[in-house]
Amino acid sequence: MIPLSWFLYLSAVLFSIGLYGVLARKNAIAILLGVELMLNAVNINLVAFWRMGNLALMTGQVFAIIVFAVAAAEVAVGLSLVISVYRRHNTVIADELNLMKW
Amino acid sequence: MIDASQVIFLLSAGLIVVSAVMVVSVRNLVHAALWLVSTLFGVAVVYAVLEASFLAVAQVVVYIGAIAIMFIFAVMLTRRDLLSKSEQTNANWVWALGLAAIVFVALAFIISGYGASLNRLPAAMPEGYDPISALGNALVSPEGFALPFEVASVLLLAALVGSVYVALNKAKE
Repeated sequence: MIPLSWFLYLSAVLFSIGLYGVLARKNAIAILLGVELMLNAVNINLVAFWRMGNLALMTGQVFAIIVFAVAAAEVAVGLSLVISVYRRHNTVIADELNLMKW
Repeated sequence: MIDASQVIFLLSAGLIVVSAVMVVSVRNLVHAALWLVSTLFGVAVVYAVLEASFLAVAQVVVYIGAIAIMFIFAVMLTRRDLLSKSEQTNANWVWALGLAAIVFVALAFIISGYGASLNRLPAAMPEGYDPISALGNALVSPEGFALPFEVASVLLLAALVGSVYVALNKAKE
């Protein structure tokens, strides 16, 4: 029997690591990897609250499935943008993509 | 006393944290994507501990089977800048580390602020209750989540069609 707070602390750790990855990484694909970590942290929270609450209400699990679908959509669009940018500018380093910077 | 499920949880939490740190710190991005697979597997074990068996399987099939493999393909398609010798973090990584630490401390402070009310243990599954069929009914019944589920399907379809269009090499036509 695992108390709810363990899951919340695990998810906070995972979210912070993902946030660091998003902010610190240079490579656009590595930034997307950080976003995946953050989405997984959110999912752990959702499922943990489902398990500890009323088991007949499936809201937590359904929300986690929606997050799965959104994560898949986000990765597909993000990676296709990265590949398209790589074709045009020959780089995936986020710092060098400053075309819209003034 | 620590029981078996707690041991499994602690082992998988250790796996998750260690491999997540590797995801954000290793220089070779192929290795980072493989560490992501390990993180996602640890999360699947956590779902199994929480008795969300459908999500545990979907995590392995969708995340590890599709998303992580898509990352590995993208890394290989954009290989040129990924020489593992070069620095992989930008100049502001110290600030990023500080901000991530502040976010973690803030979250931990909020969680600990709830005190003993978060020490609640999961209730035992009622006899004869099947969470998977309850989840399936919730996803398709109009009183449940049929509309959000359909919206998610349309979102996924639109995103996939859009990503094929964006990634298409127009110069070669």
